[in-house]
Amino acid sequence: MSHRFKIGDRVRVRADDHIGHHRTPAYLKGKSGVVVDDFGAWRNPEELAYGKPGLPKQPLYMIKFEMDHVWAGRGAYARHDTVTADLYEHWLEPDRETGA
Amino acid sequence: MPLAGSLQARPPRSVEETSGRANMTRGVHDMGGDPAGPIDRQEHEPTLTERRIDAMMLLMRDQKRRLWLTDENRRTIESMSPGDYEASSYYQKWLHALRGLLIEKGVLTEAEIAERLAAVRARYETASGKS
Repeated sequence: MSHRFKIGDRVRVRADDHIGHHRTPAYLKGKSGVVVDDFGAWRNPEELAYGKPGLPKQPLYMIKFEMDHVWAGRGAYARHDTVTADLYEHWLEPDRETGA
Repeated sequence: MPLAGSLQARPPRSVEETSGRANMTRGVHDMGGDPAGPIDRQEHEPTLTERRIDAMMLLMRDQKRRLWLTDENRRTIESMSPGDYEASSYYQKWLHALRGLLIEKGVLTEAEIAERLAAVRARYETASGKS
């Protein structure tokens, strides 16, 4: 399946509620980051968790976020203080606000 | 499968103040950024009980049985009540998953587990002279 994003793209995590198992932590919802790795496509854990097939497979990316942005640190964190998370494509959208 | 996420550097400021996450529906496990103090990095040798829970989990999920997936395990643990989740150790959470999924998959029934627990408890109490 084709991947919507490539390494270096700026993305924003969807700020959506989701009842049930999912692997997008709340503290990253609505936050912007950069794609730093592409792990290929995997069966969707949101379905696998309930005994369903989890198809079609979802591309999975490693996204890097600046800590100062994630925690609204207003300069309390250095720019090299980052957090990375592996997030599925359907939780990501292009980060238009920063002109990516 | 790659790891879920890795944290680097400095404790965060209070979550409600910073991320707007208070408005999100969060599972009991979804605690990234909550104030929690330092991480206890002390190691200990697994106890006999922990080894047994580990062995049972591996057997239920081996190539031969494949009774459930990691994601089902996680879903079961994440749906523990907040009180039980907070009070349970790592392997107690595994035990909760084992019990719940064995019932869900139709391998055991609540009644069978209750019956066996009563038998084991009676044997233990006889052996230790408690009754």
